[in-house]
Amino acid sequence: MKIDHSLPLEYGTDQNQLNILGFWIFLGAEIMLFGTLFASYFTLVDRTGSGPSGAEIFEITPVLIETIVLLTSSFVIGLGVHAMRIGRTKAMITFYAITLLLGLTFLGVEIYEFMHYVHIGAGLQVSAFTAILLTTLGTHGAHVTFGLVWGFFIILQVRKHGITPETANKSFIFSLYWHFLDVVWIFIFSFVYLKGMM
Amino acid sequence: MEFFERFAIPHPSAPIYASMVAIGLTVIAIVAGLTYFKKWGYLWREWLTTVDHKRIGIMYLISALLMLFRGGVDAIMMRSQTAIPENTLLDAQHYNEVFTTHGIVMIIFMAMPFIYALMNFVVPLQIGARDVAFPRLNALSFWLFFMGAMLFNISFVIGGSPDAGWTAYFPLAGNEFSTSVGTNYYALALQIAGLGTLMSGINFIVTILKMRAPGITLMKMPMFTWSALTANVIVVFAFPVLTVALIMMTMDRLFGTHFFATTNGGMDMLWANLFWVWGHPEVYILILPAFGVYSEVISTFARRNLYGYKSMVASMVGISFLSFLVWTHHFFTMGQGALTNSIFSVTTMAIAIPTGIKIFNWLFTMWKGKIEFTVPMLYAVGFIPIFTIGGVTGVMLAMASADYQYHNTMFLVAHFHYTIIPGVVFAMIAGLTYWWPKMFGFMLNERIGKWAFWFIAISFNVTFFPMFFTGLDGQARRMYTYSEATGFGPLNMLSFIGALGLAVGFALIAYNVYYSTRYASRNISADPWDARTLEWATQSPVPAYNFAITPQANSSEAFWDAKKKGHELFKGEVQKIHMPSNSGVPFIMSCIFFIWGFSFVFSLWIPAILATIGIFICMAQRSFERDPGYYISVKEIKETESKLRGA
Repeated sequence: MKIDHSLPLEYGTDQNQLNILGFWIFLGAEIMLFGTLFASYFTLVDRTGSGPSGAEIFEITPVLIETIVLLTSSFVIGLGVHAMRIGRTKAMITFYAITLLLGLTFLGVEIYEFMHYVHIGAGLQVSAFTAILLTTLGTHGAHVTFGLVWGFFIILQVRKHGITPETANKSFIFSLYWHFLDVVWIFIFSFVYLKGMM
Repeated sequence: MEFFERFAIPHPSAPIYASMVAIGLTVIAIVAGLTYFKKWGYLWREWLTTVDHKRIGIMYLISALLMLFRGGVDAIMMRSQTAIPENTLLDAQHYNEVFTTHGIVMIIFMAMPFIYALMNFVVPLQIGARDVAFPRLNALSFWLFFMGAMLFNISFVIGGSPDAGWTAYFPLAGNEFSTSVGTNYYALALQIAGLGTLMSGINFIVTILKMRAPGITLMKMPMFTWSALTANVIVVFAFPVLTVALIMMTMDRLFGTHFFATTNGGMDMLWANLFWVWGHPEVYILILPAFGVYSEVISTFARRNLYGYKSMVASMVGISFLSFLVWTHHFFTMGQGALTNSIFSVTTMAIAIPTGIKIFNWLFTMWKGKIEFTVPMLYAVGFIPIFTIGGVTGVMLAMASADYQYHNTMFLVAHFHYTIIPGVVFAMIAGLTYWWPKMFGFMLNERIGKWAFWFIAISFNVTFFPMFFTGLDGQARRMYTYSEATGFGPLNMLSFIGALGLAVGFALIAYNVYYSTRYASRNISADPWDARTLEWATQSPVPAYNFAITPQANSSEAFWDAKKKGHELFKGEVQKIHMPSNSGVPFIMSCIFFIWGFSFVFSLWIPAILATIGIFICMAQRSFERDPGYYISVKEIKETESKLRGA
C-alpha cells in the first residue's frame, strides 16, 4: 500500500482519504437526521396535551453537568488526535480513554434525567411534546452509547497495532463523530433546554 | 395457539392461499434445484459474498425485474376490479392492500433498485474506476435493500399487507384505523431498505468525487455519471428525513407514543409533511438518473455529442435543489392557507424550467443527427412527447386553487403515471437494452424489443389517458368501486384493456431475455452500438478489474475521441491490480436485519433483542477485521485480456 508521507497519517493512503470524505458525507446525512428531529421538536413543543411543558420539567443541574462533561470530552479527544499526529501512542490511548469515561458520565447523568422525567409523569407516552423531547434526546444518547462501544474497539486496536495508517484513520474518523455529537448537543442545550426554561 | 394467531391473515381469500402454496413450492423448488445441481457453493462464492459492483448491479437488476412483476400483478388486479361498475372481484380491504403495495413496490422496490442496478454497473466504468469507493458497503446496501423488499413482500401471506396507501397518512395509518400488522411491515421494511439506500448514496458520491480516471474533470463527466451524482446527493439529504418519520411511526404504532395521533397533542399533518419532505425529492432521485440514461442514449443514436452539456448539468443541479422546496404541493387542500400554497405553487412551477431546458437540449441533440431507431432510442424518442404531457399536467396540478378540483382524483393518478412511466420505466428499459451487451456479452433481440416498445407505448396511453377524463369528472382515486350511474364504466374498461396490453409488452421483454439468451450471437464487439463513453472501451463482458490499464480521458466522450480523433486512451504498461476480498458478512448481517424487522413487526421482543445484538456483532467483526484484499497479477490480466479479445 502506498503511503503519502506529506500528509498526516490518517490521510496517508487513497482508501483513507475516501473513508474520511465518506464519513463527512455521512455526517451531512446525520445533520439532516437531527435537523428533522429539531424541526419536529419545534412543531410539537407546545403541543403538551394533558402532560407537562418543558419549563415544568427541565432542571438546570443535570443539564449543566452533561454539557460540561461532553464539551470537555470533545476537547480531550482533540488532544488525543494531536497525540496521535506526533506519534505518542500511550498519550493518545489515555486521552481517548478519558474521552470515553467522560462520555460514560454524560450517559449516566442522561439516564438519571430520563428516569426523573418518567418519575414525575413526563414519560414517552404522555404527550406529543414528551415523545419528541425524549426521542430527540434519546437519539443523541443512542449515538453517544454507540460511540462508547466504537471508541472502546478503536482503543483496543491502537493498543494492539500501534498508530498505523489504518488505526490512525479510524481514530480520526471517530473523533469527527465525537465532535459532531458535541455540536448536536450544543443545539439541544440552546434550543431545547435554555429556550424551554426561559 | 394464541401466539400463532398473530401471523394469520386478517382478510384471507382463495388467491392468497394459492399464493402461499405457490411461494412454498417456489422456495422448495429453488432449494431442491440448487442442491440437485450442486450450486450452493457457486451461489455463495460468486454472488452472495461478492463485492464486485458489476455483480451487485446485476443482482439489483434481477430484484428490480422480480418486483416489476409483483407490482404489475397488483396493477392488473386493480384495473380488473375497476373495469366494470360495482365489480366484486376484490373487496374494499383487499383493494386497499393492493394499491398500497403497488405504490411501495413500484417506487421503492422496483424503480430504486433498477436505478441502482444501472448506476452500480455503469458509473465506475464511465469514470474509469476499478470499483466503487467502499465495495463491501455496496454489498451491504444491496442486501439491506433486498431483505427490506423480502420483508415487505411476505406481508400479504403472514399477518396482512399494509392498507393505508403508499403515503400512509395518519390517523388512518395509526393503530386505531389500521389494526393489522400491515403498517408495521411498511415502517420496518422501508427503514431497512432506506438504510441501504443511504449507504449507497454516500458510496456513490465519494466514488464519483474521488475516483475518476485522470483527465475526467467534473465538467468532463459523462451525463449519466452527473445524473448519478445529483441523485445521490438528494438521497443523502432526503433519506434521513424518512428514517426519522418511520421511527416516529414505529413508536406510535408499537410503543404508544403520540407523534401523529389526534390526541394528547399529536399532529397528523406532521407525518404528511415529513413524508413528502422525503417523498418529493425521492421522485427526483428516480427521474434524474433516467434523464442521464436518455442523454447517453440520444447522443449515441443521434450520432452527435450532447447539446448544451453545461445547461444539462446546471438543470440537474437546479432540479435537485428545487426538489426540496415543493413538498407542500402534495396537500394543497389540507389547510395551509393561501400564502403557503402560493409559495409552493411557484416553486413547483419553477421546476418546469430546468426540465424544459433538458427537453430542448435532447431535441437539439437529435436535430440534424443521423438518428438510428434502435430499441433504446425508440424509448428515448417516445419519452419526450409522453413525458411532456405528464409535465404539463403537473403544471396544472401546481396551481393551488385549481388543485382543489384535481386533488385525489384519477387525474392525479394519470399525471404521475405519465411522468414516472415514460420518465423512469422507459428509461430503465432503454438503459437495460443499451447496457445489456456490456453486462452479458450479447445483445437483446431488436425485433422483439421493438414489438415490446410499441405494445408498451400504445397500451400505456390507452391505460392512463382515459384517467385524465374520469378524474376531471370526479372519479376519486383509491375507490374500490363505483356505481353505473357515474358513467365511469366505459373509460375504466378502456384502461383495463390498456393494462392488459402493457402486460403483453412486459411479457415480450421477458420473452426477449429468454430468446436472446438462447439464440443471440456471442460474437459481438465490445462496442456494438458505436457508443461514445468509457464503459465501451473495455471488454464485454467486463473483466473483474474493469480496465487493464486506467484510461486517460480528454472529454466527456473520451472513447469517441479515441475512435475518431486519435486520442490515446490507454497509456503505459499493465500493472498488478489490487482488489477487495469477498465477504459473507453483508449478507449475514442483512439476514439478521430481516429477523430484526420481522420481530418488530410482530412485537416479538426477545428475538428483536437477539437480532440487535447480532447486528452489533457483525459491525464489531468489521471493526476488528484486517482485510488487505488481494492482487491480480500482470500475467493473469494479460491472459484474460487476450482471451476476451480473441472471443
